[in-house]
Amino acid sequence: MQWLDAVIQGVLLGGMYAQYALGMALMFGVMRIVNIAHGDVMILLSLIAVSLAGVLPFGNLGLIVVIVPIAVVIGWILQKFILNKVVGADPLPSLIATFGLSIALQNFMLEIWSADTRSLPNSDIASASFQIGSIYVGLLPVIVLITALVLTGGLDAVLRFSRFGRGLRAAAADTEAAAMTGVDPKRIYAIATAIAVGILGLAAVFAALRATVSPSDGSAQLIYAFEAVIIGGMGSVWGAFLGAMVLGVAQAIGLRIDPGLGILFGHLVFLAVLATRPEGIMARKK
Amino acid sequence: MSDTPILSTHGLTGGYGDFQALFGIDMHIDAGEVVALIGANGAGKSTLLKSIFGLLPVGRDMVKFEGNSVGGTPAHMMVRRGIAMVPEGRRLFVGMTVEENLRIAIDNARLPEGEGPWTREHLFDLFPILREKRRQPIEDLSGGQQQMVAISRALLCQPKVLLCDEISLGLAPKVIREIYEILPEISAFGTAIVLVEQDVGLAREASNRLYCMLEGRITLTGISNDIPRDAIAAAYFGASHAVA
Repeated sequence: MQWLDAVIQGVLLGGMYAQYALGMALMFGVMRIVNIAHGDVMILLSLIAVSLAGVLPFGNLGLIVVIVPIAVVIGWILQKFILNKVVGADPLPSLIATFGLSIALQNFMLEIWSADTRSLPNSDIASASFQIGSIYVGLLPVIVLITALVLTGGLDAVLRFSRFGRGLRAAAADTEAAAMTGVDPKRIYAIATAIAVGILGLAAVFAALRATVSPSDGSAQLIYAFEAVIIGGMGSVWGAFLGAMVLGVAQAIGLRIDPGLGILFGHLVFLAVLATRPEGIMARKK
Repeated sequence: MSDTPILSTHGLTGGYGDFQALFGIDMHIDAGEVVALIGANGAGKSTLLKSIFGLLPVGRDMVKFEGNSVGGTPAHMMVRRGIAMVPEGRRLFVGMTVEENLRIAIDNARLPEGEGPWTREHLFDLFPILREKRRQPIEDLSGGQQQMVAISRALLCQPKVLLCDEISLGLAPKVIREIYEILPEISAFGTAIVLVEQDVGLAREASNRLYCMLEGRITLTGISNDIPRDAIAAAYFGASHAVA
């Protein structure tokens, strides 16, 4: 029963990681843009949410309604004014640009919010739980997981069936050929990054509800997102979801073996996948 | 209006960064005309197509389309105006199906499918094999079939001018013939075709007029059937080679 509980808690944790990873699946998996500032942008959004929660009398749902549009605008600006200047066949320029952005953002956040850990005020949702058999399940993690499922399904459908999704896949496959076929790659990339960071806005509110955040936490979120995308397989949105589940379950099981082992266990599973199936679990056959 | 060519270049110079590849190109094409661009490797044929199409920087007045200066307009805007390209090496979208490759063009075409001359149904009639393989990933098709998709993709942009860059390259003679047989059908809709081709015989047969390029300059132009072979040889290789 202890292990079943670990798996269930792991899947729920994976729901949070899936929300971190979806934007990464879009930017890194599909567009092949390495955004080192991915985690820092999420922390920034969390801290904005925490600060806004003190001023706005909206409640948590209202907070999401405010934060997601802010995130969308940040994503659009990020792509339009920084990433579109460095995007190309070579991933190195985008890596260097966002590495710089990551450092700048961390210091900016330290300046404004100091190094203290913060979280959103405790609400009914965050502490509510229900019991299945002898296992307790938190309501918030279940909401997070369901949200992650809906986001993954939605994003997958958009990529597969919408005009925007086709254009994005075409631009990612061959930017110049996409332009020759009438796609404006820069515009479509700006929309894609806006969506990616918009999802991060949702994740940011949930992360601040679920636990604490501080300006230096971004790199851990970045690593989890990267690992989930790579475990799942580049270019597959459901792969990133599955990768997040694998990571969450591995961490939860590691945690049961020894409380200090949780995060390390996640990394070990990531290394094991890299060693045995480097193209990822759901990679398409070539 | 009829004496204004649909597409023309005026003293077009250009190249890649500091490397100049084109030195004052003047050419033009009328609606419904097929113009061949021939020349040896490195003569600047593909560079000229890319410069016209907004893939390489050129001056605004160096390219005119329907009388308007359009030089340097980004490629995706050129498509909206009515120019499309079948690029060298086909450049199809790997990981997507035949149908999806065509949909990209339909999504961004000058006119919606059904209002322009080209529909998927029409193209599937021309290339029946594509109807059969429409749901297959593009990488499962043979080279000739992929070229048919590339041509279909460009036509679904509903272009007034179609730029074809080496569409016979690497294909079997039978497939080349099959593809070249389609060209008269395309120009029958009034679509002008610029044909970059290394095979001089093929180019002469398929075109009304031709331009021969050598080292970034036009060395010969005229009605394709009227130009004697040795004149082409001289223009193609340069005068010094022709003598030898």
